[in-house]
Amino acid sequence: MSTNFDERDSAYGFEREYERAGMPGRGPRRMQRRKICRFCIEKVDYIDFKDVKLLQSYTPERGKILPRRISGVCAIHQRMLAEAIKRARNIALLPYAAD
Amino acid sequence: MAEKRTYEVIFIIDPNAEDAEVMRLTEAVQKIITDQGGSITKTEMMGKRQLAYEINHRRDGVYVLLEVDGSGAEIAELERRMRVNDRILRYMTVRVDEDRRRAQKLKDRRARKAERRPAAGKAKARGDAEGASEAEAA
Repeated sequence: MSTNFDERDSAYGFEREYERAGMPGRGPRRMQRRKICRFCIEKVDYIDFKDVKLLQSYTPERGKILPRRISGVCAIHQRMLAEAIKRARNIALLPYAAD
Repeated sequence: MAEKRTYEVIFIIDPNAEDAEVMRLTEAVQKIITDQGGSITKTEMMGKRQLAYEINHRRDGVYVLLEVDGSGAEIAELERRMRVNDRILRYMTVRVDEDRRRAQKLKDRRARKAERRPAAGKAKARGDAEGASEAEAA
């Protein structure tokens, strides 16, 4: 997977953060780090289906759409993103399923 | 159907087609649109690129993107023609005027919010100052 945004914000970066924050012996509760929508910060109003580089960063290896509980994208932008990814799949810019 | 709509038409041409044929096909597509009363506002040859999955046993294709203004009738005709053309591997039409209006609305809303914010910021600062003086008094 190609990530064109920084490590800390990548899906797997979040996972690591959780693991580190989880205190041993205190049950399954994990420290939550506030995730913020990167599209809101960049003030994105429309996500283009032709922007393959961007869309790829939200479709990990299998080509599935990254859930927003992991990426931290807000509902509005997640909807735009999903739409764009589906359009890109239709026109063979992104795979429906990889491997 | 009288309203004007904007569409993005993207289609993939067989990679075995020569440059001349790609040009010929693109011009044919443009002609269909103008004959039906539509107008082309943008033509972008995105060039040959690898497909994410095989289509008709082809691994890559030549992408062409058009932006069309029209009523919708020319899109119907265009799609009918593209469907029967076996040099065109895949096509997709996206209506973009509504999406763009929505984007503009979001942008406007943000602009309004930004206008209001300095005022809100001042009010908050005053509130904080009062709070501080109260704390001193106590």
